[in-house]
Amino acid sequence: MKATGSVFKYGDNVDTDVIIPARYLNSSDPAELATHCMEDIDKDFVKNVKKGDIIVANKNFGCGSSREHAPISIKAAGVSCVIAETFARIFYRNAINIGLPIVECPEAAVAISAGDEVEVDFDSGVITDKTTGQTFQGQPFPEFMQKIIKAEGLVNYINNK
Amino acid sequence: MGMTMTQKILAAHAGLESVEAGQLIEADLDLVLGNDITSPVAIKEMEKMQVDGVFHKDKIALVPDHFVPNKDIKSAEHCKCVREFAIKNQITNYFEVGEMGIEHALLPEKGLTVAGDVIIGADSHTCTYGALGAFSTGVGSTDMAAGMATGKAWFKVPSAIKFNLTGKLPEWVSGKDVILHIIGMIGVDGALYKSMEFVGDGIANLSMDDRFTIANMAIEAGGKNGIFPVDEKAIEYMKEHSTRQFTVYEADEDAVYDEEYTIDLSTLKSTIAFPHLPENTKTIDEITEDVKIDQVVIGSCTNGRIDDLRIAAKVLEGRHVAKGMRCIIIPATQAIYMQAMEEGLLKTFIQAGAVVSTPTCGPCLGGYMGILAEGERCVSTTNRNFVGRMGHVNSEVYLASPAVAAASAITGKISSPNQL
Repeated sequence: MKATGSVFKYGDNVDTDVIIPARYLNSSDPAELATHCMEDIDKDFVKNVKKGDIIVANKNFGCGSSREHAPISIKAAGVSCVIAETFARIFYRNAINIGLPIVECPEAAVAISAGDEVEVDFDSGVITDKTTGQTFQGQPFPEFMQKIIKAEGLVNYINNK
Repeated sequence: MGMTMTQKILAAHAGLESVEAGQLIEADLDLVLGNDITSPVAIKEMEKMQVDGVFHKDKIALVPDHFVPNKDIKSAEHCKCVREFAIKNQITNYFEVGEMGIEHALLPEKGLTVAGDVIIGADSHTCTYGALGAFSTGVGSTDMAAGMATGKAWFKVPSAIKFNLTGKLPEWVSGKDVILHIIGMIGVDGALYKSMEFVGDGIANLSMDDRFTIANMAIEAGGKNGIFPVDEKAIEYMKEHSTRQFTVYEADEDAVYDEEYTIDLSTLKSTIAFPHLPENTKTIDEITEDVKIDQVVIGSCTNGRIDDLRIAAKVLEGRHVAKGMRCIIIPATQAIYMQAMEEGLLKTFIQAGAVVSTPTCGPCLGGYMGILAEGERCVSTTNRNFVGRMGHVNSEVYLASPAVAAASAITGKISSPNQL
């Protein structure tokens, strides 16, 4: 499985309050949440994002609240993958559990620029910046998590067991 | 190799003799928690699972607390969804508005969390129960759904950082200052994926409410959990609040820690986290210019307990908040509200020009009951000061102890009680 798209780039500690502000948490509808995704860090994100696009950020992406609405809004906005130096642990779990692909790769997080065309191969973990021609090796998931990802989330994983 | 306190609890709940950092395990859960924001998503996910109902009707706690009393129609629909699920599944520990409280203050008070438990909650501050010697950690709604359906959750066994606390805190310095000091020292990802294990003879000098505050904000350093040893004070607290059996786990003497810090509590000062990260800390004497403020909030799962209100009342007694100041005080549970009433604290607050609200998370996450306008500043005893956390994207939150918050309400700028 591969994802290809152009990159939206952010810095350290992108928190769940800027990914989806609490003023919108009176809804749990993915489509509605998507219309406010990244609103407090990048008000043009929703206007500019296209299906398949990729978010690249530095360390501790998704820190703060446990709101699953954060990865849900990113996925529903059409984002195909989030690459970061590191993820906050609850966001990491949530992304895997709802089937939003994420990759930890410090080198890629630093080198990739906003607007670059990037391809991510989820099977090998290889990230290719097609704009610059650079490639990076992302951190592979432990086998257990790969099973959840292949089942497209925890619900299916439990149902399949 | 020896195990940390957290690792011992996890091993016991996974049916294993020992575990080591990095190992993936499946553990039995003693309690699964959700609130009015996270539970509706979990309920929807659970409906997709091929299960007949919840794993145990006594081991699930549903606490509508974020937007209750319902702030708008959409929130009312969420609460209705939680209420109907609770009734249908005969959930014992569903707390309606008149008996509720902010979840992390309420559950220990109701005796639902005890030493040795493994607890997950669809709220990041679930780590609070580490104060009692439980392993507790925040998860998302899908994990909550799986927990409610199966009574199990998967964990990657964490490594740990050891914090050796010695000595005794000075006057007006509290658990909030301890945890803000630590977050300032190690950063908002300083304990990423790790346990924060607190040890040392200084713990005996910390009240249970101080310990709840410290464990509560482990997540603000990126921690998976924060945990305290079970001493006489903790046992006394559990005996007073719970009828449940508890199990005391202790770290092995040869347990391995990634890092170790020693903190002499007597050297700590009132500490304030400046916008927009909890790690941007300054001690009160490092603030050289006046920081004028518009609002003060005293409450939340971090600092809405009776000790917090007593400290605030001690500062506000016989004084009045600055002209133009909005001082909002929120007891964290109905029982704390009642206790504050009986002790005369509510009268002190109202006479000082503060407003007292029914328990709610409301303003902490910019939900309602104290939203900030553009350019406004708030000193808050809550736990996060991210961009837009309490309202407008160009507003500011300064995190502080109840003592500093109350003193700041009086002067209209960031102050400590020593400066009054």
